[in-house]
Amino acid sequence: MPAQPISKENTSGKSADIAISVRNLRVRYGTREILHGVNFEVPAGETLVIMGGSGCGKSTLLRTLVGLEHPSEGEIWIQGKNFAGMSGTQRDDLRKKMGMSFQSGALFGSMTVGENVALPLREHTPLDESTIDIVVRLKLDQVGLSGFENYMPAQLSGGMKKRAAIARALAMDPEILFFDEPSAGLDPIIAAGLDELILKLKKAFRITIVVVTHELASAFLIADRMILLDKGVVAAKGTPEELRQNTGPRVRQFLDRVPEPEMAAEIDYLQMLTGENPPQRR
Amino acid sequence: MAFIDNIGEATIDGVAYVGSLARLAGGAARAVFIEPFRGKPLRWARAIHQAMSVGVEAIPIVSLISFFVGLILALQGAYELRQLGALQLVASAVAVSMTRELGPLMTAIMVIGRSGSAFAAEIGTMKVNEEIDALETMALEPVRFLVAPKFLAMLLMMPCLTTWADFMGVLGGGLFGVTSAGFTWGTYFHATLNALELRDIASGLIKSVMFGLVITAVGCREGFNTGLGSEQVGRSTTSAVVNSIFFVIVVDLVFTAIFYFTAPLK
Repeated sequence: MPAQPISKENTSGKSADIAISVRNLRVRYGTREILHGVNFEVPAGETLVIMGGSGCGKSTLLRTLVGLEHPSEGEIWIQGKNFAGMSGTQRDDLRKKMGMSFQSGALFGSMTVGENVALPLREHTPLDESTIDIVVRLKLDQVGLSGFENYMPAQLSGGMKKRAAIARALAMDPEILFFDEPSAGLDPIIAAGLDELILKLKKAFRITIVVVTHELASAFLIADRMILLDKGVVAAKGTPEELRQNTGPRVRQFLDRVPEPEMAAEIDYLQMLTGENPPQRR
Repeated sequence: MAFIDNIGEATIDGVAYVGSLARLAGGAARAVFIEPFRGKPLRWARAIHQAMSVGVEAIPIVSLISFFVGLILALQGAYELRQLGALQLVASAVAVSMTRELGPLMTAIMVIGRSGSAFAAEIGTMKVNEEIDALETMALEPVRFLVAPKFLAMLLMMPCLTTWADFMGVLGGGLFGVTSAGFTWGTYFHATLNALELRDIASGLIKSVMFGLVITAVGCREGFNTGLGSEQVGRSTTSAVVNSIFFVIVVDLVFTAIFYFTAPLK
């Protein structure tokens, strides 16, 4: 079932081909501001990769885009509608057109894989059980998990959990898909498999995709556009080619994997040993 | 002035906590009683499942505890009553104490230990695993989806369990009555029925419904408030139990006072 064509309704006066438009977005946790005025646009059907080091605000940005955090300032326009300023019901209607794949998968542990995928269909559509069954099998087949309907999430490996989560995110035939660190914690072969899957989804369904990652190889493979976040601001944006040629010092440092000068400090070394915030180093 | 600051802060925190419970209970009540009529059906299968685990599966332990409590009440009551030569009053003492107070209270304590803690652990684990976030991004409201079935199950099961606990308590008292106070089972139950008024049983059942509401709200609130990391789930579970017991006792006090001051003299 291919995605519906992008809605032409547009109250912002912008081109209807822009799926997501973020303007001067600021997000605050208590008194601490995480994002200091972020601007970017994602044309419909393109894949945007948000990159940045640990703690740069990329996860906060993604959580704000799907409405899990509220901006303290600025606007998020999704398919020409002001997402951040909507009432609960309108927001839910828009959310039904969006899918999100969480870093940990976030499958419901008390339900089978099949029930996980069926859940949004059961709750939001009038489809009967036999149709839902078919859709579930179709979605699991798309992510290479045919025959795993009756497994519990705990019985799946890390990569399979992510695939199942993607199947659930695809259940409602979303027009926009969000991925939080799709390849984090997976071995290179499975990570490459997920990249393939994202490319396949983009080609087959023309879904707008937003991916947060710090895996450079994967980012350059799947991106149509990239933004590099640094300390809560957009340090660079453009096509992968433009980013490769960008000469900004922070961009070069990130893309060339140059360690921070103070990386040899004791605390960084301890962090490296304990595996927390491992430095990006060859 | 740090002392006064602390008192002020603790007061504000306390009021905010009660406010968050009220909001959660209000949201759940809306999802159970109003939204099904506006085309957002309740998850009946889940509510029935919860009712089984909250109510039916609690019957053995509630029976045993209530039986013992009834027996203890009879022993303690008889200790004083026999001084006055009024041992035959033990049946009414047990009946009134069980139905008005200890039936609902002991049931609530059991349900807190079995289900209040489980609510906090279940929702807390879901919070840690980003499952609550996942619900929200799928346009499924966590209160309607998770809390409402528990809320309904609790409101239905607490009075049922309490009625059963009342009966088992009377049975426990009866064991003493029959073996040591010269009753037969027939005369003991007759004495119990004579002592009880509908008001006694009803006041206990009203309390039990309120307890159910408090236990659900506190358990779920603690679950939603779980921080990051799995050790936080343990912390939430503990606070769910401790806070539930505290709020159940407070609600008990308030309702007992209301029933006392509004009761007509016999």
